[in-house]
Amino acid sequence: MDFTISEELQALRYNIRGFAEEVIEPKAQEIEENDKIPEEIIEQAKALGLFGMSIPEEYGGTGLNLLERCIILEELGRTQNGFSSLLGAHTGIGSTGIVEMASEDLKQRYLPRMATGELIGAFALTEPNAGSDATNLKTTAELKDGKWVINGLKHFITNGPVADVITVMAITDKSKGARGGITAFAVEKNFPGFSVGTVEKKMGLKGSYTSELVFEDCEVPQENVIGEIGRGYANALKILNKGRITLGARCVGTSNKLVELCTTYAQQRIQFGQPIASFQGIQWMLADMATQTEAARYLTYRTAWAADHGDPVIKESSMVKLFASEVLAKVVDMAVQVHGGMGYMKEFPIERFYRDARITRIYEGTSEIQKIIIANRLLKEFKVDA
Amino acid sequence: MNILVCLKQTFDTEAKIELKDGKINAQGIKNIINPYDEFAVEEALKLKEANGGEVTTISVGSDQTQEALRQALAMGADKAILVEFPNSDEHATAKALAKAVQGMEFDLILGGHVAIDDNSGQIAIRLAEELDLPQVNVVTKLEINDGKAVCTREIEGGVQIVETPLPTVITCQKGLNEPRYPSLKGIMQAKKKELKRIGLEELGLTVDNKVEILEVFLPPQKEAGKVIEGEAEEAAGELVRLLKEEAKVI
Ligand SMILES: Cc1cc2nc3c(=O)[nH]c(=O)nc-3n(C[C@H](O)[C@H](O)[C@H](O)COP(=O)(O)OP(=O)(O)OC[C@H]3O[C@@H](n4cnc5c(N)ncnc54)[C@H](O)[C@@H]3O)c2cc1C
Repeated sequence: MDFTISEELQALRYNIRGFAEEVIEPKAQEIEENDKIPEEIIEQAKALGLFGMSIPEEYGGTGLNLLERCIILEELGRTQNGFSSLLGAHTGIGSTGIVEMASEDLKQRYLPRMATGELIGAFALTEPNAGSDATNLKTTAELKDGKWVINGLKHFITNGPVADVITVMAITDKSKGARGGITAFAVEKNFPGFSVGTVEKKMGLKGSYTSELVFEDCEVPQENVIGEIGRGYANALKILNKGRITLGARCVGTSNKLVELCTTYAQQRIQFGQPIASFQGIQWMLADMATQTEAARYLTYRTAWAADHGDPVIKESSMVKLFASEVLAKVVDMAVQVHGGMGYMKEFPIERFYRDARITRIYEGTSEIQKIIIANRLLKEFKVDA
Repeated sequence: MNILVCLKQTFDTEAKIELKDGKINAQGIKNIINPYDEFAVEEALKLKEANGGEVTTISVGSDQTQEALRQALAMGADKAILVEFPNSDEHATAKALAKAVQGMEFDLILGGHVAIDDNSGQIAIRLAEELDLPQVNVVTKLEINDGKAVCTREIEGGVQIVETPLPTVITCQKGLNEPRYPSLKGIMQAKKKELKRIGLEELGLTVDNKVEILEVFLPPQKEAGKVIEGEAEEAAGELVRLLKEEAKVI
């Protein structure tokens, strides 16, 4: 077992941290206030190739593996998380379907421009009546006169209002349901019958937009089917599976940043004539925060590494998502506590991290759903015949 | 247009410097490309993008210096040369650089005007002398046309514009450009680019340091500021007294 990180990966971490701390962090407050990521940050991220990190080299991206992407998202997790949410959705769930399951024609059509960030991706599975129970979709796609016609409503879709190409899950055969009845489509924003609905007002993730997507007799060419007809649900699970690992990395990055912020603050804040860091009550929090973060980090990287080596990591990636987001929840709560009233003020980044942390236990599958996935795998692995 | 960029690896500007056994304790300290040398790398890359050619970075240093050279390769330099010669002084470094670039074809040598660690600002100047090339220092704007370099440099109370034929040595100052972040592609490709290591023996150079460092010490700790209380008149009187008696500046 070798845990050393190659020189290349160290350079990757060093440079992304520089970008996060020197370019994004100084604008974090502004992003929070305006609910908008400044154009120059987006442009610079494009120039760096961040939008193409997961897209293979032959389509103009950098084709980084999961471990490399985890390093990038961990570093971005240390700063304003609206940006990492936007980028995470584009480079993860918003493009994985096209990269891994789409026809060569679709790849050629979309990936080179997705790699540069000219086209932004999104992934639309969730509906008002299909959240955790993602099989309960109502959105339908019917083949009429050589075209697929989609009708329905998606909601809570990250990048919804800014996306150019969206991976949309719809029912193509009601009788089959999730087992062969759902299909994935690549829908362009200017296809007739497509529109963006309400843009949600959220607790956090400022600058990243989440909205409804409305399909009214939306016409989609047949060649825009992603993967096989009827394999949509299986494909959605595969797409989400990988997203969970990079989401874990983002949680690790935020947790780690919080450990640093708290350890610094605790030495500077004087109460009872001494730094609060000298109180055991504070030290125990710091130790717990750091230990849990480290545990989450190794689970995340081990799983990313295993996935890069061809392991399906279904149970493990759910463990990463579950554990890293639950760790972040504990860490960010302690971070507010260490900062006292300051932790509650917008003037300090802790307040923003606190709001942004909350969503990580909900989207891309709630904690409860991750536990169901893990337990189901366990029950299969150790099945006792009745 | 072929450009050589001389660069040095230095401690990060935000690193906390501590001493151990009379030396700077390098453990746990992050290293960077000297910021002024980074301007030189950026300028070379811009000139290459505009005119074609090749950018070669060169550094005299230790094994660890490779990191800085790789970073320059990640930014977009084509090749790198590491002259393995740790702890060389200014005289010896310039000799080694001069020897290493001998026989290479270049139109321009760029470097920072000073390194932020030892602040000596001698290397590029000495190198130009060794190579018998013209030199322009502390440049904030550079234009290359028709085999000539037109350089703007800040001087006391104004700017000076200097023209020199190529090849020439130019040292870079803040304001010249805004160094880029390496792209993901650049970072991932840096490992595959050529980084040549040469020892002094291979260079056929024997040179000794002329400078010996006698002592390294940290500047005295800054003392907490003093707030003078009271009415303006009284406070001003106290301030004058302190400036005279304690600070001894008037
Ligand atoms: C900011 C944001 C961005 C999002 N981005 C996207 C996106 O880009 N694409 C997309 O498709 N979706 C997206 N979503 C949707 C997200 O994935 C869902 O919100 C999530 O899966 C939960 O679904 P729900 O909100 O309908 O909650 P519900 O499913 O209604 O869950 C409510 C509660 O019930 C629990 N629960 C449900 N079923 C069970 C069970 N069987 N056992 C135990 N507990 C259970 C849940 O864990 C949860 O605690 C986003 C959501 C948000 C808030």
